[in-house]
Amino acid sequence: MDTMLDPTVLQTLWFALIAFFFLGYFVLEGFDFGVQMNVAAFWRRGVGARGTVLKTIGPVWDGNEVWVITGGALLFAAFPEWYATLFSGFYLALLLLLLVLIVRVCAFKWREKHDSDRWRTSWDVVHVIGGFAPALLWGVAFSNIVAGVAIDEHHWVTTSLLGLLNPFALLGGLVFVLLFWLHGTLYLTLKVDGPLREASHRLAGVLVWPTIVAGAAYLLWFQLAHSNSWLTLIPVAIAAVALVAVVPLGRARREGLAFIATTTAITAATISLFGGLFPYVMPASNDPANSLTVANASSTEHTLTVMLVALAILMPIVIAYTIWTYRVFRHRITDEDSPAPGAGLVEKAKQSYRDAFEQG
Amino acid sequence: MEALDLARWQFGITTVYHFIFVPLTIGLSLLVAIMHTRAVFAKDVQRKDAWTRMTKFFGSMLIVNFGIGIATGIVQEFQFGMNWSEYSRFVGDVFGAPLALEGLAAFFLESVFLGLWIFGWGKMPEKIHLLTIWAVAIGTMASAYFIIAANSFMQHPVGAMLNPETGRAELDPSQGSIFAVLTNVTTLAAFPHVISGAWLVAGAFLTGVASWHMVKHHRAAREAGLETPEGEEQHRAARDLYRPVVRFGVIAMFVSAIVLVVSGDFQAQIMFRQQPMKMASAEALCETETGASFSILSVGGPDAFATDCDGVTHLIEVPYVTSFLATHTLDATLQGVDDLNAQYKEQFGETAVNIHGEEVAVDYRPNLFVTYWSFRLMMGLAAFSGILAFWALWVTRGKGEHARTTGSKAFQWFAVLAIPMPFLANSAGWVFTEIGRQPWVVHPNPDDPTVRLMTLQGVSNHPSAMVITSLVAFTLVYGVLAVIWFRMMQKAALKGAPLPQRDPDTDELDTPTLSFDY
Ligand code: HDD
Ligand code: HEM
Ligand code: HEM
Repeated sequence: MDTMLDPTVLQTLWFALIAFFFLGYFVLEGFDFGVQMNVAAFWRRGVGARGTVLKTIGPVWDGNEVWVITGGALLFAAFPEWYATLFSGFYLALLLLLLVLIVRVCAFKWREKHDSDRWRTSWDVVHVIGGFAPALLWGVAFSNIVAGVAIDEHHWVTTSLLGLLNPFALLGGLVFVLLFWLHGTLYLTLKVDGPLREASHRLAGVLVWPTIVAGAAYLLWFQLAHSNSWLTLIPVAIAAVALVAVVPLGRARREGLAFIATTTAITAATISLFGGLFPYVMPASNDPANSLTVANASSTEHTLTVMLVALAILMPIVIAYTIWTYRVFRHRITDEDSPAPGAGLVEKAKQSYRDAFEQG
Repeated sequence: MEALDLARWQFGITTVYHFIFVPLTIGLSLLVAIMHTRAVFAKDVQRKDAWTRMTKFFGSMLIVNFGIGIATGIVQEFQFGMNWSEYSRFVGDVFGAPLALEGLAAFFLESVFLGLWIFGWGKMPEKIHLLTIWAVAIGTMASAYFIIAANSFMQHPVGAMLNPETGRAELDPSQGSIFAVLTNVTTLAAFPHVISGAWLVAGAFLTGVASWHMVKHHRAAREAGLETPEGEEQHRAARDLYRPVVRFGVIAMFVSAIVLVVSGDFQAQIMFRQQPMKMASAEALCETETGASFSILSVGGPDAFATDCDGVTHLIEVPYVTSFLATHTLDATLQGVDDLNAQYKEQFGETAVNIHGEEVAVDYRPNLFVTYWSFRLMMGLAAFSGILAFWALWVTRGKGEHARTTGSKAFQWFAVLAIPMPFLANSAGWVFTEIGRQPWVVHPNPDDPTVRLMTLQGVSNHPSAMVITSLVAFTLVYGVLAVIWFRMMQKAALKGAPLPQRDPDTDELDTPTLSFDY
């Protein structure tokens, strides 16, 4: 029991790295989800406006999603027991999530591939589901991970799908939805212009209130009932302050700072969830001895070392070109950006290259 | 049906489905990168215009295909945990590493740079923009490499040992660790085979689609009369726009055919050493034989193959070929399936303990009907590509002013018919490799057989109803997406590239920008 709760330095580091990948996923894909939710919020503005909204994440959502794919693979490599227990144990919830993620990818890639408003509208429905459902499901899943589920001595989860839908988890789902929605709406204020920018600004001003209330309730509940350390109070407090700060920043039209504030809130919330989970990875609610912990769910020290070296070499490169991508696409999207079909003589193409050069 | 069989069906269906799109993505991203390169470096305006149009035309189909490849790939990543949790516990220490490397080194690369390529036109210098599609192409190949390394570990485990205390496989530094896993001979043999299989798919796709349009424009030119402006425009479309692509696809097919045969031959050699049972199953060779022949056609229903080989009659046989495939000598002795089965039973036991702790009887023979025919389909279906390549080369012979195109309807239809064949050959190859490995999910390495696991020991502890739910859900969603994918590809392919127009005042061509209206 004791060695089980006593991870090595390397194991602890890997636990932090897994948290880092989920953090990257929540911060980056979080605004993608929020932007997709706004396809619903701005539905009445028509197909064209919805297209403009989606275009703000067009070049980047795919790379953002890879954070969870790679995170999942790293989980497999660093904590095989965790990977096996989690994904077999949350089977039906994961199935739902996967189905949504599948159709969501197709919505992104295929929406513009057929010139018909009915076609686009159908995919817009998928976009709306693809924004709300994954946020909700991740919230439910993470809440259950930190709160614990029933696990037998083979490390097989015995809690059913209905058992996963407990009040704490449902609140968690709601918080993930609201937080990502707010985050995505603030992202839009940075990326669009004109009436859409105003509308996003107003929407963010409304969304921030329920997010503060639900978020505070959730994090306090987590801290009191499920966190394994009082230290997580610190990130919980930071998350609260950051969220509240969105209100004055929004009013002052400091859009960039407001977006940084939700980024901070998501970061702090993720840190408090993972921090409060440690040294467990999947606590067993029936019998603590069946729990999966950082110490007993991990690979060997050798594998952890090998993967650490690989990560240290590859991840800086990934981060570098990801940052470059965001620089290339830093400009606001306006409706004129949609290229008219067939437009562009040679001169036009050359001109656009010249412009690109001058912009640096 | 038991949960085990359902889980196998689910894995088989989702994985084969993923691999329908994957080879086209791998092959086409490279070929589009080459076309884009020719566009960027073309000396005269006419050629630049033609290659730009073709890059955009095929690039837009590549994007459609990429979408579904990614969507189905996400499922793959989590499936091991869902249905194969005991397998994941057993190999996670070793097998997770190449999967994670694939994410870090390949998936980020292809996803981020695909976004840059699609949206980056006009937002960065031309040559840097060109590099982004090359990054995508390299990313897809890197992804194939790492996933094949993972798969090869299941075919032939290296670099790992069994920890008797935990009962799990662990990376072993004294056996080369991850480097051994990444340089497994099984990987080194399978990688060129799979990649060239992907080039064959993309080559046939390029030639097939371009041939269709070439013939169409050729006929339109004849109808309008070559002297009319309309006829001349159509003739140019056939000769300058599509004919070069037809020939480019042919080159890709020739290159891939050579690599396929050489690497496939090498694979057979090592398979004979590593998995003799699979070699024997490929020929449905029941009795041990010296100078084993290779049958091209056999009769006998699935049951005859499955129970014993008495019911199977080899109708057309080529002497010595199977022995030659296995060892490069004519008179090698190949052990038959039944002898091998007896040997395995002695070595690994007549029974195995399943995940519930029950003893169950094991048979070490894979499904011979499936292995026999999938092996033949893999090689046989490639014949279509061969015929297409030579036919296309013949009808487009000539150079410069004498460069020919054709109006042959027969050729046009054959070109289209030949497109799906290499896709099917690829699926057949995987079915052969994976079914031929059964009942093992991690096949024992003959030099050190301690690291091994049977499929029945790798499955998750799920009630059948749950697995049926996911099996039905995936199959339905995949079915719908397949129909949409097919329609979109068909529409995009049939539409063709818009023909070049000249500005009458400046005499300039309206070369399109690459932006994809996305
Ligand atoms: C030989 C090549 C090959 C093979 C055997 C597999 N894949 Fe694959 N996979 C690719 C080649 C590929 C690719 C060409 O790189 C794809 C196709 C479309 C794409 O975007 O990348 C891809 C996409 C893809 C994605 C989405 C990546 C992204 O978002 O960019 C995932 C998560 C996986 N695959 C995972 C798997 C797993 C777990 C497999 C094993 C069961 C598997 N693939 C078999
Ligand atoms: C994309 C190409 C692939 C195809 C088409 C394919 C096909 C199949 C098929 C048809 C089966 C079912 C065999 C049976 O149940 O009798 C199977 C099993 C399996 N394959 Fe593959 N496979 C591919 C690649 C891979 C890769 C790359 C891996 C691992 C990295 C892998 C891992 C497995 C596992 C774990 C099973 C066990 C489940 C089972 O036996 O049914 N496969 N595969
Ligand atoms: C004369 C030609 C060929 C020979 C001798 C050959 C040989 C082989 C062998 C021996 C294997 C099994 C490897 C193993 O399980 O250890 C294999 C697998 C495979 N083959 Fe072929 N093959 C040929 C043509 C083709 C063609 C034309 C395609 C597709 C276009 C193809 C696609 C595949 C695939 C996808 C696999 C499974 C992955 C792998 O194990 O590499 N092969 N081939």
